[in-house]
Amino acid sequence: MTRLIASNAIVVALAVTALGALLAPIAVRRGRRDWLNLVYAAVYTNFVLVTISTLALVWGLVSHDFSISYVAQVGSRATPTFYTIISLWGALEGSIVFWAWVLGMYAAAVVWFNRKREGNLVPYAAATILVVAVFFHILLLGPANPFQAVFPVPFDGPGPNPLLQNHILMGVHPPLLYLGYVGFTVPFAFAMGAMFSGEVASDEWIRLTRRWTLTAWGFQSAAIIAGMWWSYEVLGWGGYWAWDPVENASFIPWLTATAFLHSVMVQERRGMLKLWNLNLMVGTFVLTILGTFLTRSGIISSVHAFTQGTIGYYFLGFIALVLVVTLVMVAGNSDKLGSEGRLDAPFSRETAFLLNNLFFTVFMFTVLIGTLFPLVAEAARGIKVSVGTPFFNRMSIPLMVALLFLMGVGPALPWRKGAGPEVKAKLLPGVVLGVVAGVLVLVAGARNIYAVLAFVFAGFALGVNVEEFVRGANARVKAHGEGWLTALSRLVAGNRRRYGGYVAHIGIVLVALGVTASSTFKTEQEATLKPGESLTVSGHTVRFKNAWGREEKQRQVIGATMEVMDGARVVGVIEPRMNYYPTSSSPVPTPQVRSMLSGDLYLNLMAFKQDGSNVTVKVIWEPLVPWIWFGGFVVCFGAIIGVWPGRERAPRAAAVPAAATPRTEGQS
Amino acid sequence: MNWKRAWIAAAAAAPVIGLFAWGLTRDPNNIPSPLPGRQAPPFALAVFSPGQAGLARPVGDTVRLADLKGKVVVLNFWASWCLACRDEHASLSQVAATYEGQPVQFLGVLYNDVPDKGLGWISEMGGQSYPSVDDPGARVAIDYGLYGVPETFFLDATGRVAFKNTGPVTPGMVRLKVDSLIAAAQASAPAAAPAAPSGDTAVPATKGGKAQ
Repeated sequence: MTRLIASNAIVVALAVTALGALLAPIAVRRGRRDWLNLVYAAVYTNFVLVTISTLALVWGLVSHDFSISYVAQVGSRATPTFYTIISLWGALEGSIVFWAWVLGMYAAAVVWFNRKREGNLVPYAAATILVVAVFFHILLLGPANPFQAVFPVPFDGPGPNPLLQNHILMGVHPPLLYLGYVGFTVPFAFAMGAMFSGEVASDEWIRLTRRWTLTAWGFQSAAIIAGMWWSYEVLGWGGYWAWDPVENASFIPWLTATAFLHSVMVQERRGMLKLWNLNLMVGTFVLTILGTFLTRSGIISSVHAFTQGTIGYYFLGFIALVLVVTLVMVAGNSDKLGSEGRLDAPFSRETAFLLNNLFFTVFMFTVLIGTLFPLVAEAARGIKVSVGTPFFNRMSIPLMVALLFLMGVGPALPWRKGAGPEVKAKLLPGVVLGVVAGVLVLVAGARNIYAVLAFVFAGFALGVNVEEFVRGANARVKAHGEGWLTALSRLVAGNRRRYGGYVAHIGIVLVALGVTASSTFKTEQEATLKPGESLTVSGHTVRFKNAWGREEKQRQVIGATMEVMDGARVVGVIEPRMNYYPTSSSPVPTPQVRSMLSGDLYLNLMAFKQDGSNVTVKVIWEPLVPWIWFGGFVVCFGAIIGVWPGRERAPRAAAVPAAATPRTEGQS
Repeated sequence: MNWKRAWIAAAAAAPVIGLFAWGLTRDPNNIPSPLPGRQAPPFALAVFSPGQAGLARPVGDTVRLADLKGKVVVLNFWASWCLACRDEHASLSQVAATYEGQPVQFLGVLYNDVPDKGLGWISEMGGQSYPSVDDPGARVAIDYGLYGVPETFFLDATGRVAFKNTGPVTPGMVRLKVDSLIAAAQASAPAAAPAAPSGDTAVPATKGGKAQ
């Protein structure tokens, strides 16, 4: 019953989205605004239908309805309810259902918020999202059908992949990722809508998309950080990033989206980079689909590879369609997207943004080429190669260091004119903090030039960005006699986008500090300990107390109780474990982390004697790693400030050509 | 619309799509080996697990590839820590037993493991019909370009690698390869080269089932 409802909902959703996508251009061509209501109704109906099928699948999982193929594949009566629910995105078919649901939600939201807007932008944007939805519905009825009948109905299933039911972050990272990844469809749809409707030369549509892009970007940033956190907390290797194709697939569109968030400001203020921004916007979407194709088709070897089947061919067809239509539209419209302004001064804000875009784009191509290189090498020379961490690190670290530097310089530079004396005052706190950070890290023993520069520039960027808040708030205190906190909150509320951006910068600095410190100063040791014996790593001592085992419903757990010592005093307990799941003959490592401001004490149980007489543990001291996660929260907070609804600063008059619009908004 | 630019841009998509389409026909996990068609690297390794009944060889006996000339050799690299080896073990052991008395030598080669654990694993798995040798320091595994376990090499009667399988073998595949190699050895006069399949590499039987 559940299966039939869910399955039929998808069939109807396919019909509704296809009809809606076809009807939109007809309605626009014939000038029938009343038909557009049908198109919008199709968007809402699709959302209802995908919600029904998603809820039905969740219900199937929770009620252990093993007559549904997906439930039989990932369900198990012993799995706790939380992990049963989140196994919705634990395998290919369910993740496509969830994708279709997120897409349906975004489509409904886009149409709802813009339903009263005149012109043909929104109808074409809605049609674009509907076409994407059609593709995902086809996947759900073809190669990724989770609702196939299973007969005879098994009594129980194997449960989700052990790695995916071992940590609570599995409930956080995937939904964030889909909200980000799928969210990039919205700016793409607006871009296509602008080109199809002929409104592409106006700047208004780009203002309309800003909030959507920022929303998707915020989710994507959070998802990447949460994914790093999951990898760190679950896999037991003490690292958080390995440049695996799946990680790269999430990172590549983030790079172009970040570039866009910066360069769009140049377009809004100076009327430059229009074609470039359009390329970034559609490129980000193409890269999300490309990333999904790479990781779901089995074309690239990856530790994360999903099951393979015919789904790769469907994605290939969709990529071909998207690439050709996008390239035709962008190139065909490129004549209309000339630059109105020009670069006036070499040391202006514009230059900083241009360099920012240059570095982000090079970064994107570096990661993309590294990811695709095995495929290219095999095609061109018939050889098997794999591109590993050394390539990515060597290529990307200088870029990251340069971007950190720009993040410090950019906010201090004025628009249009070159750097004047006030710039020196704005840069001073940053320079001081940068020097302090450099001295500290040299004293601490760092000798790698990039590590030292990363610390210097991180300090520099932190100083400059914090200074913006201090200076602005102080000015308000003086001018209005406000209290300092009031002044600060009004300052931010007065230009959420600008100060949200600076908050995000501060978050990125914290992430950069965590990444640099942990990759420079990480120390680890492995030892076999008898009860009472201890091990010291970087001044942190842990003592092995005892080993234990316990039976849980869905698994068996072996653990070691390790005491954290401060001299002779026990200040805490860390219990690294190994979890044994019946479906997997090797244990799932379950490291435990004790976090402090200065870093993490990371313990992983490597081996144990059956009688508990000794255990082998790996102890890693990971300096500043908690700053990465905290920095991630700060970045998201910045994004929230940026998207928070407030006064709309942009002029609403859509008909006025952008060139004639006086640029009256505040500095951003 | 500037259609000229539009079509030039669209044409730029063709090589990318072509590359992906070609990529879909390839298996990125399939590692090619230069060995098939060439003389197998020689080895001399000591037996640590004797095998059963007619296939048995005494423990401590040194098996030399050179001494196996005239016989088809099936070299199966395995380890006690290898999960995929468990999948193929029973069927491989049974198939080997059916070739008793024929000019075939099945040989297990223990990879990155200690004989004690190997013996424990064999008794846990219910025995192994053919003998296994230890490969200390994985020297022979390196000679054979081992990528992971299990990998199985089929050598023809002249000591050439005829075929290599990455990942667990299936009984049907083993029979097919061994039978054709025996037939080729019997058909060919000493002068003629055996018409063994050469230069091909098997697609892994189960993707991702291989420990690496």
